[in-house]
Amino acid sequence: MKQQVLVLYLATSALDAPVVGWSRYDGTGATRPTAGDGDEPPYETGVDALRDGWRLFQASQLIPPYPGHEYDTSFLKHEFFFEKLS
Amino acid sequence: METTLLSSAQVAGFVAAGYLRLDGIVPDELNEQAIDVLEAGIPRSPYGTPVAKAFPEGTFARRLIELPEVAGALHSLVGPDPTIDHHAVHIREPHNGHAQPLHADAIIDTRTDAFDVQLMYYPHEVTADMGGTLVVPGSHLRRVNESDTGRYQNLRGQTRLTCPAGTVMLLHHGIWHGGRRNDSDVRRYMFKIRFNPTVPQVRLWDTSDLGSPAVLEELGRRFPWYENATGRLEIHNRALMWRAMTADSSFDIDYWATRVTNRPGRAA
Repeated sequence: MKQQVLVLYLATSALDAPVVGWSRYDGTGATRPTAGDGDEPPYETGVDALRDGWRLFQASQLIPPYPGHEYDTSFLKHEFFFEKLS
Repeated sequence: METTLLSSAQVAGFVAAGYLRLDGIVPDELNEQAIDVLEAGIPRSPYGTPVAKAFPEGTFARRLIELPEVAGALHSLVGPDPTIDHHAVHIREPHNGHAQPLHADAIIDTRTDAFDVQLMYYPHEVTADMGGTLVVPGSHLRRVNESDTGRYQNLRGQTRLTCPAGTVMLLHHGIWHGGRRNDSDVRRYMFKIRFNPTVPQVRLWDTSDLGSPAVLEELGRRFPWYENATGRLEIHNRALMWRAMTADSSFDIDYWATRVTNRPGRAA
C-alpha cells in the first residue's frame, strides 16, 4: 500500500469552501507533481475531494493572531491534507 | 540618460501585484548578444556597489538598464542611483527534472517603507513548456522566509511566464516565485539583478495622475488565490504601503485602515 497525498488550500476554514491552492505528492511514483504544473485545481471545494474518495487526515487549526500582528499576512491559513492508498 | 517614468496607476499596479511586466521592450540587437554575454558570465561586484562601478559604461548590463523604459521604471520604483545588491544568470536546462520550490528571495524582510526591486530579463521567447518563472501576484507583502512556502505547488491566478524575447520584469523583493521545470528541448536563460534604493521611495514616478480612479482600482485588486478574510488584510497592507510611498498619512482604500485606528479622544 502506497500513499498519495493531496493538499487543498481553501478560501475559508470550511471544508466546503472553494479551493484557492493545491499540491500533490505521489508515493506510487506514477506521477511527478511539481511547482507550477497546472492552473486549474483538481477539485472546486474540499468536499468535492471527499466525494471522489480522498480521505481527510489533517486540517489547519484556527489560531488567533499574535497580539500586535493582527494585520500581518503570511502562510495560507486553511490547509487540508487528504490521502488515498493504492 | 533618457527615461520614461511610470504613471501612478502603473506604480499602484506594482504595489498591488508585486511586479511589473515590460513585454518585448529590449531591442533585438541586445537580445541577440545576450546569450553569448550570459554564457561568458558577468563579473560580480561586492554587495551594494553603485551601478556605474558594477556595470561600466558600454557593458551589456549597463545598456540593458539604461534602455529608457527600464531606466524610467527603475527610477520610479527604487529611485536614482540605486546600488547593485547582486546579479545572477539563471539557466534552466532542457528536460531538467525539478522546479524550484516556491520561494521569496533572500531572507524574511519586514520593511514597510522601503523595498528592493529585482529585474528579470528574458533574452529569448519563453513558451509554455520552457519553464518560465512561476510568479504569484499579490504575494509580496506576506511575511515568509525564503522557501518555507515550498509546500505550495499551485495557487489560483498564478502566472506561469510566457513572453516574447526582450521581456523585462521588475519584482518587489517579497514576491513568491520559482523557476519551473523546463520540459522543452531549449535552454532557458534569465538574467537577474537586485537593486537596493539609496533614497526614500516617495513619489519617485510621474505623479500627475495621482488622483486618478485608476490608482484606487489597481490598489483594490484581489487575486484569485486570496482567502476571503486574509484578502482584506492584503488591501489594508497595500494602503499602508501607498501611504509610505506618497507621504499621505490619510490615504485609504474602502476605509480599511481608517476604521480600525479611529479612537476619538485617545492618545496615539
